[in-house]
Amino acid sequence: MNVSHLGQASPPLRRLSELRGPAPQRSLDARALAALAANPGCRRRALLDAAGVDKTALAQQLGRPAPFGQSPFAIRRGLQFESRLKRDGYAVLLAPLRRRLGLPEDEVASLAVPDLLPAASPAVRAERTAAVLAEAAADPAGWTLLDHPMLRLEVAGSPAYLEPDAVVVHAGRCTVVEIKSFPVLDGSADPANVGAAARQAAVYVLALQEAAARLAGRPLSAGPYAVQELPGAPELTVLLVCPKDFSSQPVAVPVDVRRELAVTRRQLSRMTRIDQLLAALPEGVTFDLARDASGAPTRPAGELAAAVAAVPAAYAPECISTCELGFHCRAQARCAGGVEQLGRGVRGELGSLRTVEEALAAAEQGGGGGPELDEAAERLAYAARLRAGALAAGGVR
Amino acid sequence: MSLLSTLARLEAVRAQRAQPLATVRHRHLSERPMVLVPLAAAGESGAPLAVLLGTDRESPRLHFVPQPLNRTQRSEFLAAVAREVVPYLASFGDEVELLEGSEKDPVSGEKVPVVRELCADAPQLIVPNAGGVSHLALLGRSTRFRRTVEDPDPGEYPSPTEVPLLGRWLTHLTDRAQVPGSSMLLAMTGLLSRHWATGQSNLEDQHLAARLAWHLPPAGFEPPGTGAAAAEWVESARDGDGLLLHPPAGPATDPKFDERVLAPAILRHDAAVAVRERAEAARDAAEVRRAAGLVEQAHAELARVLLSVTLPTWHDVWHGLDLLRALPAAGHLPDRWEGDRWSFTMHRDRVAAGEPPQPRRDDAVTAARKLAQREREQARLEIQEALDDPLAMAERRLAGEAFAGEVVEVVPEWSAGRSPKPRPLLVVRTDDRPHADPGREVHRAHAEPAQRAEVVSAAPGEVVVRLLSGMGRRKDPEPGSVPEPGTAVVFTLFELAPRQSAPLPEPADTPWTHGGPPVAVEDVPVGADEWE
Repeated sequence: MNVSHLGQASPPLRRLSELRGPAPQRSLDARALAALAANPGCRRRALLDAAGVDKTALAQQLGRPAPFGQSPFAIRRGLQFESRLKRDGYAVLLAPLRRRLGLPEDEVASLAVPDLLPAASPAVRAERTAAVLAEAAADPAGWTLLDHPMLRLEVAGSPAYLEPDAVVVHAGRCTVVEIKSFPVLDGSADPANVGAAARQAAVYVLALQEAAARLAGRPLSAGPYAVQELPGAPELTVLLVCPKDFSSQPVAVPVDVRRELAVTRRQLSRMTRIDQLLAALPEGVTFDLARDASGAPTRPAGELAAAVAAVPAAYAPECISTCELGFHCRAQARCAGGVEQLGRGVRGELGSLRTVEEALAAAEQGGGGGPELDEAAERLAYAARLRAGALAAGGVR
Repeated sequence: MSLLSTLARLEAVRAQRAQPLATVRHRHLSERPMVLVPLAAAGESGAPLAVLLGTDRESPRLHFVPQPLNRTQRSEFLAAVAREVVPYLASFGDEVELLEGSEKDPVSGEKVPVVRELCADAPQLIVPNAGGVSHLALLGRSTRFRRTVEDPDPGEYPSPTEVPLLGRWLTHLTDRAQVPGSSMLLAMTGLLSRHWATGQSNLEDQHLAARLAWHLPPAGFEPPGTGAAAAEWVESARDGDGLLLHPPAGPATDPKFDERVLAPAILRHDAAVAVRERAEAARDAAEVRRAAGLVEQAHAELARVLLSVTLPTWHDVWHGLDLLRALPAAGHLPDRWEGDRWSFTMHRDRVAAGEPPQPRRDDAVTAARKLAQREREQARLEIQEALDDPLAMAERRLAGEAFAGEVVEVVPEWSAGRSPKPRPLLVVRTDDRPHADPGREVHRAHAEPAQRAEVVSAAPGEVVVRLLSGMGRRKDPEPGSVPEPGTAVVFTLFELAPRQSAPLPEPADTPWTHGGPPVAVEDVPVGADEWE
């Protein structure tokens, strides 16, 4: 368990650990943060993540397990690819970095790969990373590669621990390296994949910026596009390392993440403070699965569902591919007849009409609705007349 | 998504059944399509695992790679697929129409008559979803540059001759699939989405079986029914071993299936092959025979499990075709299919002429041409769909781009001048609210010949237009060319014939701003890096 830093916990932290129960804390990773930042209005996810609840187990116990998983083939291939990168002293990572910095190719630089205590708890690892980072940033000539460092980022009042694939430090600046398994085909990669990777890397850059600001004892600059001029500050361009074409030959591509960084910063700052979420929570609510001696959850699903329902969610169909509770929230949205089950855009289109039945009722009222019919309802009624007419003209029904 | 399709989705939620989004079928369906259900190996982009394909619903054929990491087996798989797909494609190249046209002689500049061939029909490939199309595109990209034994320098790993040919065809078909309204390569989810709305989101509609669950009760779902519950069952119901009861439509397989079924089956196959190789090395005839039996057994087992995860999707695709075939064909389909036939004919000719495979990246002029073509086709598609289908026209009416109504009064008027022309006023009663300011040019839908008009005044419930053309050359309009009172008319604010864009330069005249003329023929080295 890595809750040592919660020892003399402040009231919110104590409440969060009560919510989780005796289960070990799940730390937020960059992927989860990116998903959270994509749906900052979801209080349910924010609270569960802050409390470090195991959402996979929770979803399982609620009866709608998350469909996520990784194929053994993909895992094996990923490992193979990473081991390939480590060949020849990480030459594949260093070459593009040097090109960017305009350093001679033939100069042999020794690369330091410090031990970052991979077996320790996240808090310890984060301390160690911070120390190594400060040390490496102070050396203007050397090259240091931090292999799976641990970064700490404050999110809505609770700490999140992030583990980038690698960070390269040289000349007092560091560069985030993100290793992905999708290919760069003929010089371009799938934009959706690159976007997701950039959002993830932006979270790391933000954490490094905060670390550098902490180290220098200065506040984080207000402008998201400003380049930090502090020792150990991250470059705003990250290195994306992917297989080239159909081979397992790695290729490193610089990706500018300034935009994603700005978005992440804004979204994270918009997230409701955890203490507010906790204050709104009824007394006695907990997400404890009440595991028995064998580790099997014993908490009745109905009771658990009621606890989950105490925190409002902001469901959108995108949640299904990013959140473990996606299926659960969808079932709830369907049960309630909410229009958000049809997509995010639909909600905006229908204005104040929040349920399917309300919307259909507005559509059926035709033109004869009272003055209380707002613009969206009127448009819907007009659309319904057009649809009925067209279907009749087309001979359907 | 427009408000009309949102409305259809809302209705689908209430009915728990898919609702029509079209009154006619907007895509050409071949009499003899080839259905492909491709599967990809996880973790490696574009690595094929298996494909279930065929033109006969009753007898699909399965091809697969026993060890997805083995490049030789992958080559053999691609050759086997090529031997199915290429003959199917080629079979449409035999029957041709001869069209007479004229061409400018490059030397004399005179027009000379030429006879061009146009294939009477074109092939049609149908895959379950958009992922299937991108997988075929990746296969095309990874195979079209492969060197074969016939090449002067076959390299270390020559592939069977059919493989690069398959790659060129797949590249052509997936490229053509980007053209709006084209029908040579179609994804079933896209086809269904165009014609029906379900009570779930677009995102969930990408799952073929889940979206079909809004049309037909899925096999094995108790009690039989359609809608959200059926769709969720298809998405997530698992058996005692944790395997999905209805496998996903691919190309990615369910990770649980990979872990519990596929990986062990591949392992057993690998082991059997290893035993056979050892026995062959030891020249132990009895052991070789025994090992060969093991390999065959392991191979059959792999075939069985791969068939079990592709066959349900195969049936889903054909069920989708049944649904679509029940819709009457839209009027403009032959017109658009002719574009596909030209595309097919031209690629057939390029292959026959021995032209090199499509380059990795288009040069500036080709890219601009393709973009212009897609834009043009998009405009044409939108116009044709609106004319073919009252529901598509309703979308435009809702957007204020068209109005439909009844002619309540016709005021005969004439233009001033020495030879007055008919310029009658039509008073159209309509509930639509077009963005029609006075003076705006409008077009009468379904008019033969084309008829333009001009908005004179537009008030709620009534639009007055003045007809400007399509009434013959005389002083009095041709009989039937001016709608009588009581006639239903539709006017559009958009033109009914797409505009021609300015011609693009020849590749040799590419301006320097766009990289200048492309450098001769790109050398197409097949990197050993790609097939280590």
